[in-house]
Amino acid sequence: MSTPALPGEQQVAATAHSSGYAIEFDNVSIAFDEKVVLDGISFKLPCAETKALFGVAGSGKSVLLKLAMGLIRPDSGRIIMLGEEVTRMTERELFELRGRVGIVFQESALFDSLKVWENVAFRLMENKIAPDEIERRVRESLKFVELEQTYDMFPSELSGGMRRRVAIARAIVSHPEVLLYDSPTGGLDPVTSNTIVELIMKQRDVYKTSALMVTHRLQDAFTMASHEFDKKKNEMVAIPKGQRGEVPMSFLILKDGKVIFDGDAQQLAASRDEYIREYIS
Amino acid sequence: MALELELTSPIDVAKNAVASVQDYVRLSAQSVGNFFRPPIYMGDMLQQADLIGFGSLPIVILTGLSVGALLALNSASTLQRFGGITLIGQLVSLGMVTELGPLITGLMVAGRNASGMASELGSMIVTEQIDAMRALGTDPSKKLITPRVGATAFMLFFLTIIADLLGLVGGWAVAHLLFGLDTNQYWTSAWQILVFRDVFTGLVKPVLFGFIISTVGCYYGMSTTGGTQGVGRSTTQAVVASSVLILIVDFFVTKLIFAVFGVR
Ligand SMILES: Nc1ncnc2c1ncn2[C@@H]1O[C@H](COP(=O)(O)OP(=O)(O)OP(=O)(O)O)[C@@H](O)[C@H]1O
Ligand SMILES: [Mg+2]
Repeated sequence: MSTPALPGEQQVAATAHSSGYAIEFDNVSIAFDEKVVLDGISFKLPCAETKALFGVAGSGKSVLLKLAMGLIRPDSGRIIMLGEEVTRMTERELFELRGRVGIVFQESALFDSLKVWENVAFRLMENKIAPDEIERRVRESLKFVELEQTYDMFPSELSGGMRRRVAIARAIVSHPEVLLYDSPTGGLDPVTSNTIVELIMKQRDVYKTSALMVTHRLQDAFTMASHEFDKKKNEMVAIPKGQRGEVPMSFLILKDGKVIFDGDAQQLAASRDEYIREYIS
Repeated sequence: MALELELTSPIDVAKNAVASVQDYVRLSAQSVGNFFRPPIYMGDMLQQADLIGFGSLPIVILTGLSVGALLALNSASTLQRFGGITLIGQLVSLGMVTELGPLITGLMVAGRNASGMASELGSMIVTEQIDAMRALGTDPSKKLITPRVGATAFMLFFLTIIADLLGLVGGWAVAHLLFGLDTNQYWTSAWQILVFRDVFTGLVKPVLFGFIISTVGCYYGMSTTGGTQGVGRSTTQAVVASSVLILIVDFFVTKLIFAVFGVR
């Protein structure tokens, strides 16, 4: 399977920050009505790396992504995104920072009163980009997720999987430096899931985008750790066993509001923790 | 859901109420402040103006006409008893322009648009579209609330003028057709009775009411919680709250204008 080329194939180099990290969580806690959801979470996402986020339903994965985006605020702790301290910024300051980050919501969250192309173009229109330039980039972005034919449709006319892909097109159209995916393959068939995994891998390997990817399918994350995107062939290829350590892919597991694992595929496979063993088996 | 009596202390209730009022005031102030902080979404404002203004036209025409006619009909019997049927133009004119025109237009648009705004924004909240908008770097307060506030205040102003005129037409129909009043006499007296204060009152009110309708509708929409049921709740509350607030504000504005300009 192959994916078409992205807008102009312009290389958006991951901006190196003084710290070298795209996202840092430092002792972050949040509770909803006395119910502690995240309890002292700390981790770092190095630039150009993709980190898969696991945890049972309700473990706070979606909350974590919204915290990173500054959509909700933690009760305590610090969150740093692209070198800026999200937790100390006002909503108005955040709007600018968010322009450099793309997010795919769990339920897609497309604007249902706008057509597919208007959804994808939303950010570009906000930035007052010329109409023909917008059309070009929207078409290319939709081509990237193989949904050009939906250009003039409304989100309500699409299937769940198509909506998810439109949401991905909307997130990547502005070439963000960081991408946050909330269960991009959730509830999709293996074929569509694979396409999406490949898209995410392409973002990682070709555009060097830093990303957090929430997922329920361990399978997807393992594929991402054992394959890389070949730009020439324009599809993902398996990496020989000996070289897998070099893939910028890591895993993080949440349980009862804490991080119980944060490391790469080898470390995960070698883990002796019973819960983790059960989780990955 | 189990039926259980939740015991909430009166202090908590009061605290919640104060917090809500605070939130409402902040939202309203921001919606006005946004007019001075670009970007201003002119396109969205025009779209809302079309939706609110032209969409409400039929109902405003209908209520304007019938309220004017009813006003004439009700006062005619009393006036006739005292031999003052010629005063009917003045009565309808004063009643419509200073009070009934703005009030019924306000209440009608509240029923139609405060609910519409609350349910639209409420659905956007529960489907995470508002979060998505914020995530895309757009301020929902600028993109969604300010255009609605601007458009409602602006359109209600004109809708009220239309309701006033049609009320006068309705009154004329009753006075002329049922009570045989001379057309010329009706319009002359209706026109001459109005002084600056009346017209001023009648035009300030709709702007205020429009502001109330849109901010209350948006506030309930934006503070929606709890899925589809929550959207329904917000919608109802928005209509009730905006209608009540219109009645209260109407009273105090009338009183204030009397105090400033002196009672006739
Ligand atoms: N706005 C909110 N108000 C109250 N509680 C919330 C809110 N958002 C999340 N929660 C609670 O936080 C917990 C974690 O929610 P979250 O959506 O992050 O789970 P998740 O890990 O994404 O689950 P899933 O895998 O099912 O998507 C849940 O118990 C949920 O009830
Ligand atoms: Mg979730």
